[in-house]
Amino acid sequence: MADTHQGDTRRDFLYVATTAVGAVGAACVAWPFIDQMNPAADVLALASIEFDTSTVAEGMAVTVKWRGKPVFVRHRTPAEIEEARAVPLSELRDPQADGARALKPEQLIVVGVCTHLGCVPLGQKPSDPRGDYGGWFCPCHGSHYDTSGRIRKGPAPLNLPVPEYQYISDSVVRIG
Amino acid sequence: MAAKFDNPIVRWIDHRLPIFSFMHHELHEYPTPKNLNYWWNFGSLAGIALVIMLVSGITLAMHYTPHVDYAFDSVERIMRDVNYGWLIRYIHMNGASFFFIVVYIHIFRGLYYGSYKAPRELLWMLGVVIMLLMMATAFMGYVLPWGQMSFWGATVITNLFSAIPVVGESIVTWLWGGFAVDNATLNRFFSLHYLLPFVIVGVVVLHLVALHRFGSNNPLGIDVKGPKDQIPFHPYYTVKDAFGLGVFLIAFAAFVFFAPNFMGHPDNYIPADPLVTPAHIVPEWYFLPFYAILRAIPDKLGGVLFMFGAIAVLFILPWLDRSPVRSGQFRPIFKIFFWILVIDVVALTYLGGKPPEGWYVLASRLATAYYFIHFLVILPLLSVFETPRQLPKSISEPVTGGGAGFAGATAAPREKV
Repeated sequence: MADTHQGDTRRDFLYVATTAVGAVGAACVAWPFIDQMNPAADVLALASIEFDTSTVAEGMAVTVKWRGKPVFVRHRTPAEIEEARAVPLSELRDPQADGARALKPEQLIVVGVCTHLGCVPLGQKPSDPRGDYGGWFCPCHGSHYDTSGRIRKGPAPLNLPVPEYQYISDSVVRIG
Repeated sequence: MAAKFDNPIVRWIDHRLPIFSFMHHELHEYPTPKNLNYWWNFGSLAGIALVIMLVSGITLAMHYTPHVDYAFDSVERIMRDVNYGWLIRYIHMNGASFFFIVVYIHIFRGLYYGSYKAPRELLWMLGVVIMLLMMATAFMGYVLPWGQMSFWGATVITNLFSAIPVVGESIVTWLWGGFAVDNATLNRFFSLHYLLPFVIVGVVVLHLVALHRFGSNNPLGIDVKGPKDQIPFHPYYTVKDAFGLGVFLIAFAAFVFFAPNFMGHPDNYIPADPLVTPAHIVPEWYFLPFYAILRAIPDKLGGVLFMFGAIAVLFILPWLDRSPVRSGQFRPIFKIFFWILVIDVVALTYLGGKPPEGWYVLASRLATAYYFIHFLVILPLLSVFETPRQLPKSISEPVTGGGAGFAGATAAPREKV
């Protein structure tokens, strides 16, 4: 009987070992087929762009495409900057000081995708509605953003995100 | 027949939708002749090769662009930029070759052991249909990278139909969707290349239904005489198939990782040029025997007819070989001619890859003639004149010396010892 029991253990070991090796092998095979759907090398190569902010006159805004999404570059007037700075943080849904949202106060750079469900807010063109706070207004579900791109009213939970960027000369920024 | 399941959810589902009972019946307790040798591994291997082709093909289609201006570049992008794209494409490329290797061995196994004979004629014919569908799928897939071999292979093969009297030219124009192989052709080939594998899956299901009607043939070619001649499919043949799969995957991986272009043609890495034909056009190796037959006949229509005839003759094989003995083991003369046929097909494969000049032409004609003589003359005559050896009374008899002498080996799954 003792022999039978030993045989059991050995066979169980073989069975578990075989299954484990098979499972690891299947996972190794599955990974390339999952990873192939991730961004390819040529897509990642286009992940950063450069933009000359001196082409945007004061009071105007330009939309550039970055990683397939619109990025708003707005040359703010002193009045708009003052308006953004004057808001007490306690009034904000997603509290963030204007100074923390722009490397240079006159150049506001934000990703132009509403944080509610991903529409592109209006407000880039002078003729666009800019909402109750003079920034942007999302026509899909009525979110209002202020002159710092912060959410002030409507269903969106967060401010328009500031992408990672740096100035590589006085006026040229590299986004991404 | 209804199996017992411990899991109450499985039992609840199975009572309403007996899918688990079905799988248990067909994949677990399914009684299988106990004397199957390793040549019987190639059926399940073919099924696995089909799955490998489907999975790698569907992922490739996520990155491929079926347009004459972008197709070649999109394949190069798959090779260079897409994560693991090189691996998936090499799996798909070499998978096609391995699928054909496995299926050709599977077919020759059927030829040797008489697996096409009653009551398995339809099973065999469905298999020939699968082979035809595989050929069409492989041909159209080879066109998609839009290299020189893709383009000129497509041109030559579609032009086969121009041999048809009267309507030939119209059919070719219809196939092309234009006056030459062009964007319309590439688009429809991509569409059909995606469709046909699922048609193959459907015919494979029919193939399996027909198989499970009478069960597998076996190396002795005699009918099973009862439970003592059979063992349950699981674990005996699942484990044997799994072992064979391991060996297959080692060979497959060796090609994918160390010689991925060994079975391809370098000219297909030159973008398609409708104005320049490569000096020496050859199809993929798995088409070479049929290509050799096509070229051996010095007449356009005749060549096409003989090439398709080489496959058509397989359809009527069950009625050409009338010998009541299935397995070649018991047919001393058949056995010799079987191996001559194997050599003949290997020779046709070799000759199909050689330029049509010098002694290759004569050799191709002789080999082509022998191929048809084997099926149309030798097999019918052997059915009449050959004296088969004495068949054993049962599968158990050669092992135990008596049909009933090994009653302990029943079809019940054996407990752990």
